[in-house]
Amino acid sequence: MKFVDEFRDSTVIRELVEKLQNFSFATPVNIMEVCGTHTVSIHRFGLHRVLPENVKHVSGPGCPVCVTPNEYLDMAIALARMEGFVITTFGDMMRVPGSRSSLEKENASGADIRVVYSPMDALKMAENEKDRTFVFLAVGFETTAPGIAATVKEAKKLGLKNFYILPGNKTMPQALKALIDDPEVKIDGFLLPGHVSTIVGSNEYRFIPEDYGIPCAVSGFEPADILMGFISILRQIKEGKPSVENTYLRSVRPEGNIVAKAIMKEVFVPCDSEWRGIGVIPDSGLDLAPDYMDFDIRRKVEIEIEEPVEYPGCRCGEVLKGLVLPPECPLFGKVCTPENPVGACMVSSEGSCSAYYKYG
Amino acid sequence: MDKILLSHGGGGKKTQALLKEVFLQSFGAGELSKLDDGAIFDSYVISTDSYVVNPLFFPGGDIGKLAASGSINDVVSMGAEPLYMSAGFIIEEGFPVSDLKRIVKSLADTIKSIGVELITGDTKVVEKGKCDGVYINTTGIGRIVKELSVERIRPGNLVVINGNIAEHGLSILLARNEYGISSGIKSDCMELWTLIRPALELDIRFMRDATRGGLAAVLNEVVSSDWGIELYQDKIPISEEVKGMCEMLGLDPLTVANEGKMVIFVSEDDVEKLIEILRKHPGGKDAEVIGRVVDDVKGRVVEKTVVGTRRIVDMPVGEGLPRIC
Amino acid sequence: MCLGVPMKIVEVKGDSALCEFSGSKREVSLKLLPEAKVGDYVIVHAGFAIQKLDEKDALETLKMLQEAGII
Repeated sequence: MKFVDEFRDSTVIRELVEKLQNFSFATPVNIMEVCGTHTVSIHRFGLHRVLPENVKHVSGPGCPVCVTPNEYLDMAIALARMEGFVITTFGDMMRVPGSRSSLEKENASGADIRVVYSPMDALKMAENEKDRTFVFLAVGFETTAPGIAATVKEAKKLGLKNFYILPGNKTMPQALKALIDDPEVKIDGFLLPGHVSTIVGSNEYRFIPEDYGIPCAVSGFEPADILMGFISILRQIKEGKPSVENTYLRSVRPEGNIVAKAIMKEVFVPCDSEWRGIGVIPDSGLDLAPDYMDFDIRRKVEIEIEEPVEYPGCRCGEVLKGLVLPPECPLFGKVCTPENPVGACMVSSEGSCSAYYKYG
Repeated sequence: MDKILLSHGGGGKKTQALLKEVFLQSFGAGELSKLDDGAIFDSYVISTDSYVVNPLFFPGGDIGKLAASGSINDVVSMGAEPLYMSAGFIIEEGFPVSDLKRIVKSLADTIKSIGVELITGDTKVVEKGKCDGVYINTTGIGRIVKELSVERIRPGNLVVINGNIAEHGLSILLARNEYGISSGIKSDCMELWTLIRPALELDIRFMRDATRGGLAAVLNEVVSSDWGIELYQDKIPISEEVKGMCEMLGLDPLTVANEGKMVIFVSEDDVEKLIEILRKHPGGKDAEVIGRVVDDVKGRVVEKTVVGTRRIVDMPVGEGLPRIC
Repeated sequence: MCLGVPMKIVEVKGDSALCEFSGSKREVSLKLLPEAKVGDYVIVHAGFAIQKLDEKDALETLKMLQEAGII
């Protein structure tokens, strides 16, 4: 696998691990990663176990499924129960518990819920089955949002009247700012998400070192990539010179993907958005722009849901802020397990609770 | 558990919960409670399985070959020589006879090739829409050649697999064309008797065929409270095609189904001979030692990563769903 | 979120392309990367090519980052 295997090569990895372990810190250092694929990769390769003493890896709000509030899922479930509706979704959302049900359970009860690889696949289904109403669950950060925007644009071009989205996309820089501004949160360095950065560009994060003095490294997802990111952050901390360094050279440019950003800007407008466990963050969500509003399913049908409920005792919120590690939650591994998840951090395979449970 | 979900059939934790909450509640202790792939009576083994694969024809096989080899392999995994089989067919009204002929011939060819005889059977036809083409149940009966048991596994024993993993599960995904991906991956569906027979002279402790839920499910089912298993991430045989498709869909190949893979626990003394024997057979040319029974982790499967660290390999939860995010 | 794989463009058809990764092929939209050509390696996420990959291998990346004093 070109661009994959070489970044998993054991000689390269050994050299980087050695370099990483040469750092030493007398006081605790917290490095936060804000991408579910980073979470999975770090646990799958056990990279959190090679960090030098006093350096801790914490997973922030980087899994879009985990930060999606119950209310969103409750709405998706309500839509799934409507006559003639087809819900199309990424596989990640299937087992996420809403307040009272999940898409998987609705599917078992006869709802038409289809897992797709791409929003374009959902669009094609809508084109082929004009007698049914298709709703695509639009979740994800800037990596995913441009593709959804392009799909909505295509739906408009085709004049499709049976394709809608349930807007739920979120944007990362605003969330990082809110997180840093939270006085409880103490982060000494950010491992920035390689594919979000591929779209938005590494320049987008310059406020983090410039306004807050926190070192950042943009990193890819293979073990060597992540190790290079860790090294960059620790070196910056040692030198006391915070900046945004890019270790994902093959994919990330300072300006990002200009075409993708333009499509996103054309189709979406920023809105306040609720992040599970964190609360509402101003301008951190994406709603459809006036020209594309007709594709918002919430404007087509009235979606009635009961008051959303959260499980008492679930510490997902604190986990997402990096305040506690998953095993510190009283529900972890007891009431809350991957087969019977309570909080969303357990259900998504990218969730930090799930990664801790599965990989240790 | 109030309703049966598809993930209850995935072979992972939810399947275990279903068996315990519903079946063992009614049947209680006894041979069934071992939840083995088959049962032993006198010096014989009996094993039954139902096949509901969709689509019925897939790259590398079809439901007939699958129904034959699946029950044969369950018998073989108990250390027995497969001798007889029964088959029950549930057929949907309107199903083409030509397809049925192909399926039956494929089942027949597979069992005849190793001298197994079909000694009884049944057919039922159900109304259109009540089943998906054809469902088959087969029961295999075999005579015990070598007594194997999970109790005979000891720390220091090695874990061997006869070849590339995760091919069957992906071939089914490809045949369903759900995610628009095309690839040359073929199901590994095959009978394992001819492969395993010559190896039964060796000091084999235990065997299991790694079907639904993949390697991760099988290994998690066997670990005991006294020992665990350490896998070597870089030794597990996986084809480049399978690796690639798993990366694309975010699937863990350890949790994807096989239909022609035996996981064999063998003593260290005999491991080289075992690998040599397996590699002589086309179904074992990629055989590898993939791990070791250890006592510094108990009741757990861990994997030694390329980084040199250990990660936990957990029992998969349900059906593998592609991860995009 | 954001699983992405480096795929090679085999054939361009209008604003989509047939891409290949380790033996798996899939049609991928080029709406976010209109300049992509046959032979390019691109990062694909959820059916969209999101960036053209700079063909630096691991050793080159390492060397460049070392020279820049980053690692």
